[in-house]
Amino acid sequence: MSSSEKHIIPGTVSSDPWASLKAFTPARIALGRTGTAIPLQEVLQFRMAHAHARDAVYSLLNTDTLIAQLQSLQLPVNLLHSQAADRHEYLQRPDKGRKLDIDSINLLTSLAGSSTQQSVSIVLADGLSATAINNNALPLLEILLPMLQQAAIPLAPLSIVQQARVAIGDEIGSLLKAELVVVLIGERPGLSSPDSLGVYLTYRPQPGLTDEARNCISNIRPEGLSYQAAATKLFYLIRESFRLRLSGVLLKDNEKLIK
Amino acid sequence: MPYKTTIGNHTYRFDDLKTVLAKAAPYRSGDALAGLTAGSYEERVAAQMALADIALQDFLQQAIIPYESDEITRLIIDTHDAQAFAPVSHFTVGQLRDWLLSDAADTPTLQSLAPGLTPEMVAAVSKVMRNQDLISVARKCEVITRFRNTLGLKGHLAVRLQPNHTTDDPKGIAASIVDGLLYGSGDAVIGINPATDSPAITVQLLQLIDELRQQYDIPTQSCVLCHVTTALTIMPRAPVDLVFQSIGGTEQTNSSFGVNLSILQEAHEAALSLQRGTIGSNVMYFETGQGSSLSANAHGGVDQQTCEARAYAVARRFNPLLVNTVVGFIGPEYLYDGKQIIRAALEDHFCGKLLGLPMGVDVCYTNHAEADQDDMDNLLTLLGVAGCNYIMGIPGADDIMLNYQSTSFHDALYVRKVLGLRPAPEFEQWLVKQGIMNEAGNLLKVSGSHQLITSHL
Repeated sequence: MSSSEKHIIPGTVSSDPWASLKAFTPARIALGRTGTAIPLQEVLQFRMAHAHARDAVYSLLNTDTLIAQLQSLQLPVNLLHSQAADRHEYLQRPDKGRKLDIDSINLLTSLAGSSTQQSVSIVLADGLSATAINNNALPLLEILLPMLQQAAIPLAPLSIVQQARVAIGDEIGSLLKAELVVVLIGERPGLSSPDSLGVYLTYRPQPGLTDEARNCISNIRPEGLSYQAAATKLFYLIRESFRLRLSGVLLKDNEKLIK
Repeated sequence: MPYKTTIGNHTYRFDDLKTVLAKAAPYRSGDALAGLTAGSYEERVAAQMALADIALQDFLQQAIIPYESDEITRLIIDTHDAQAFAPVSHFTVGQLRDWLLSDAADTPTLQSLAPGLTPEMVAAVSKVMRNQDLISVARKCEVITRFRNTLGLKGHLAVRLQPNHTTDDPKGIAASIVDGLLYGSGDAVIGINPATDSPAITVQLLQLIDELRQQYDIPTQSCVLCHVTTALTIMPRAPVDLVFQSIGGTEQTNSSFGVNLSILQEAHEAALSLQRGTIGSNVMYFETGQGSSLSANAHGGVDQQTCEARAYAVARRFNPLLVNTVVGFIGPEYLYDGKQIIRAALEDHFCGKLLGLPMGVDVCYTNHAEADQDDMDNLLTLLGVAGCNYIMGIPGADDIMLNYQSTSFHDALYVRKVLGLRPAPEFEQWLVKQGIMNEAGNLLKVSGSHQLITSHL
């Protein structure tokens, strides 16, 4: 007896004779019914998917693990925080998630004072799914970083930032005097994608820039865009951004790496 | 002129109409984000008391967004129907509320009043109304529209079949359409949100639905929800039934959507000239949602519910077949939880209906909102009672492309069943003829040899 058949009283739940159409779409078609209702097994599947998405929204960055892993890649890391005190405030005040708290500003200011001009600042931000960073940031960086090193593109110290929105990368990049900021951030979880990672790239980051100044690569996760494809595309965009001295709507993905 | 209310020893002063409107609004996160909410529970009720005493005439004399700088304000003022307004012209907001709930305000009376009301008046009265008031009055409004079937009749609830797919794959979309039709959905429209705004894909998807519709002789209409300018571009070579556009309640909001009244006018005329409707000529489909003006930084100090009501003035101009408030899509920074989403949906439905619009509601939420299917069940049932024209139907309530949860084909069956609501009459006849539903409105078991199934395997 399969899990979808258990607990079913014969004759109560009717299945749909078009279940073979499921081959054409991941949508929840041909669910069957009891009366007008969705059968319980499907209701529970949906509820579990929603539970995963909700848990992802409230997940926390595994900062200790991330810092240890990044240090093994010989990268200095700074732990930062936005002005949003907690998830509750973060969800209702997107403006606070876009700005660093005062301790973080002081830390980055002291660093920038002692360093020379850097090129790329990489930021790991929890966004709406810390799970996405916990699961997918390291595998992506393990492919990307050697590409940057081979191309002799220098890196600023890495940043891990909590309760953060995309635009906080502009403030971080600006304080580190980086020429380019790359923000890895957890995307809004979908029912089938609680750990989808997004990457945003901004040339000459400054607070106040808006979405049209950025380039985005979305849906990075094992079931979505692969680490290899994402890293290749990101490396292409970084090089083009340096070459053209811009990012955003004028920086096109002409390499057509991704359909 | 400032408005004042004295509570005990304290006099609350509200500088102008938009301030009293904002402070009278039930609490929601978007107004807090904009810094517009009342500072205390007492101040909120004091603002509602002040609002109740404001004469409706004041709304014609005091624009909350300047006439000179906003074409929607000009539209509202310039097209106001003084004759329709006459029966209530001496009322205050509070008197309007009491009158709307009285037996004197029956369906024909409310229908003839609609052109006499402005969005600001209906937003104002909604703010002093409880949820049951919003439901009672909306239920009395009847807004009927037609293209290939009749929508909005009392006792009927239609469904937009929303067969979205992550990559716009035609076979995947067709599979969801078949699923929806076999569950009795699709009378409001078969409407696809495309994954991209590519004109070529839009044409392909329109052809897909149109061929299906003609093959099975389905009395419904289709729409691919592309930008209005895309629709204009492809019209000569594609079967465009309805023209879609997202709209907001300020000129600046619409600029952020890349539209204005003259583009909408051009699209409306172009769609009418195609003459594709068989029993009516309502050819526009608009979507709205509280928070869009704040999101575009274009609210001008006006609360999000009043901005939303002003969007209905834009919609009303173009006699739409469908208007849909996508109430929980925008996220918790505008509507935080199930309570706020439910209240906002009832307000939007009420305001739209009172202004004479064929309102549907996308009963929905995102995964970062404090809401779940139980909240949607509550809202769906309330809207069914309120006489909502249509809801969304999505396989299993899970939109795999837009990544949010709405209502399912099953949900539509549920609300029709518990409230005795029927599909659009022409569509219902088609369902009976196809052996999908019986005359009593119960869904039938179809066999695997049904033509809708066999021709898509």
